Amino acid sequence: MLENKTYIETFCTIQNNEITLNGETIFKSDSDLFADFSKKAYQNFDINYPKFFKMDNLSKLAFLAAELLLKNEIDESKENDIALVFANKSSSLDTDVKYQNSISDKENYFPSPAVFVYTLPNICIGEISIKHQLKSENSFFIFDAFNSEFMTNYAEVLLHTKKAEKVLCGWVEYYNEEYKAFLYLVANEGKTEHNKQIIENLYNK
Amino acid sequence: MVKEVFITETNCITPIGFDVATNIQNIESGISGIQLHQNAMLNKPFYASTINNEELNLAFAKISPSENFTRLEKMMILALQPIVENSKLDLNNKVGFLLSTTKGNITALANPSEESFQSAHLHQLAKNIANFFEFKTEPIVVSNACVSGILAVSVAKRLIQSEMFDSIFVVAGDEVSEFVLSGFNSFQAMSDLPCKPYSKNRTGVSLGEATAAVLVSSSKENAKIKIIGDGAINDANHISGPSRTGEGLFRSIESALAEAKINANQIDYISAHGTATPFNDEMEAIAFNRLELENVPVNSLKGYYGHTLGASGLLETVIGIQSVLESKLFVSLGFDEIGVSQPINIIKENQDKNSNYFLKTASGFGGCNTAVLFEKVK
Repeated sequence: MLENKTYIETFCTIQNNEITLNGETIFKSDSDLFADFSKKAYQNFDINYPKFFKMDNLSKLAFLAAELLLKNEIDESKENDIALVFANKSSSLDTDVKYQNSISDKENYFPSPAVFVYTLPNICIGEISIKHQLKSENSFFIFDAFNSEFMTNYAEVLLHTKKAEKVLCGWVEYYNEEYKAFLYLVANEGKTEHNKQIIENLYNK
Repeated sequence: MVKEVFITETNCITPIGFDVATNIQNIESGISGIQLHQNAMLNKPFYASTINNEELNLAFAKISPSENFTRLEKMMILALQPIVENSKLDLNNKVGFLLSTTKGNITALANPSEESFQSAHLHQLAKNIANFFEFKTEPIVVSNACVSGILAVSVAKRLIQSEMFDSIFVVAGDEVSEFVLSGFNSFQAMSDLPCKPYSKNRTGVSLGEATAAVLVSSSKENAKIKIIGDGAINDANHISGPSRTGEGLFRSIESALAEAKINANQIDYISAHGTATPFNDEMEAIAFNRLELENVPVNSLKGYYGHTLGASGLLETVIGIQSVLESKLFVSLGFDEIGVSQPINIIKENQDKNSNYFLKTASGFGGCNTAVLFEKVK
C-alpha cells in the first residue's frame, strides 16, 4: 500500500536561542532563559495571541514552531485537514516537577488546576489545534530519542489511509531549560522527499 | 489492499480480578472496585478503585522473583505475561511493543533522588517492561491524556497497516496517586460518592487503577475481534473541557464509520467514556445524537473501575470484546435517572444480545477524542 511517495514541504528547528526555517536562521537572541527567548520570539514575529503567556514551556516551544510553519499554510476560509503527530523524551516532566513541588510540602500545599492541566504532553497539541482550528488527527508519543523510522511510518499511514491531507510532525522536547523543537510538514506533493534518512539529517542539522 | 487487523489475545489486572473471566463474573454480579479511602494521598476522604498490594505481590511472585519493579510495572507485566506466553510468537523485529499511560511512574517524583527522577520517564518504564519480555524492537509510548488506551489500539492497527510490524503487544496502565488525586480535586472534578455516569445527580469522577493488555495482529488465527475503523480527532476548542457540541468525538466516530464502510445505524453496542463529570457525559450524549446513535445500547464501565486514565480505553475495550464474544450487555453501574439533555439508551440491566458491530469511544484533556469500531469475527 505504501507505493505513493510523500514529501516534506517545510521544516522548522528551535534550539540554543535560535530559530531556523527551512535551514535558514530567522531569529536569534542572546537570552539566558527560555521564558525570555520565547517572549522575544513571540514579539519578533508579531504573534498576537495573549493565551501564549498562560502556556507552559513545552507548549510555548511547540506553539512557536507550529506557528512559523502554519501561518502561511492555513487558509482560514476553509477546513484545514492537517494532522498533528508529536513526540519527545521528557513528556511533560518539566511541569510535572513544578506541580509535584506544589503538593510535596503539606505546610505549603497549593495544587493549582492551571498547572495540573499542563502535566500532560498532548496539551501542546490542543493549544496548536485551538489556535489554527485544526479539527484533525492528533497524538503524542514518547521515545528515548527521536525515532525517525516510527515518525515516517506513522505520517505516511495517515496520508495513505486518507486520515489527513497533511501531517505536521516532529520532536518537541523541553526539560529545565534544555529544549529542542524540530517540526516538519509532510504532504502528498513537494520537492524534498519524505524518508527516514532525510528526516534524520534535518533533525541533526 | 489495506491489511486486515485483529485482536487475538486480551487480559486485564484490576481491583475486581486478575484475569478477564474473573472481571466478567464480578461485572455480571454488579461488583465494583470503588471504595471509600482515607489516607495520606489526599487531605480528605475519597472514593477510588485500587488494587490490593498483597494480592499484587503474591500474583507477581508466581511469575518472577525480582524485587526490582514498581507497583505499576508489576501490574503491566502481569497483564502482558499470559498473552506473550499464549501467543507463542517469535519476538523478532516484526513484533512491536506499544505502551499506553498518562502518568506512568509519576509517584517516583515524590523521591528527590536522580535515580528516582529517571524512573519517572515514560520511555524508562517501557524499557523496563520490554526488557522483562525481551522484546527486540524499540518500545513506543503513547501518552495522549485519557484517550491513550483506546488510541493505542488505533495506533497499533495503523502501524500494522504501514507494514512496520506484523503484530504488536499493547499494554496500558495507570495508578491512583497523590499527584493525580490532588490534581482532579483541584479541578473540583471528584465525586463525593462512587461515580454515577450519565445520572442526574452525578458530580464527577472516581479515580481508579488498572492495567490491560492485548495482542493486535494481521493474522486472523485465534482472532477475537476485527478492528475495522478508527479516528482520533481534536475538538480545537478548549484544553481542559470538552467541546459543547461534541465536535471532535462526532468527527472521530464519522472517520471510523467511513473507513469501516458501515452506517451508524448498524452499530449494536457502544462502550462510551462516561467519566460522570457534568460536561463530559453531556458532550457524549450530544455527539451520539448528532450521529443518530441515541437508541444504541450504551454503557460506561467507570462505575466498576473508576476512571483508570491511560488504562481505561484499553480495559474497556477488553471488557467490550468479551461482551461481544459472550453475546451479553452489562449494566452501566451507578446510573439511576437520566441526567443528560439528549436521550441515550443507557443499559439498565444485564441482557443477552448478539452484537456484530461494537464502538469504543473516549475523550480527554487537550481536546482529544478517539473512536474505534470493531466487528465480530465470523
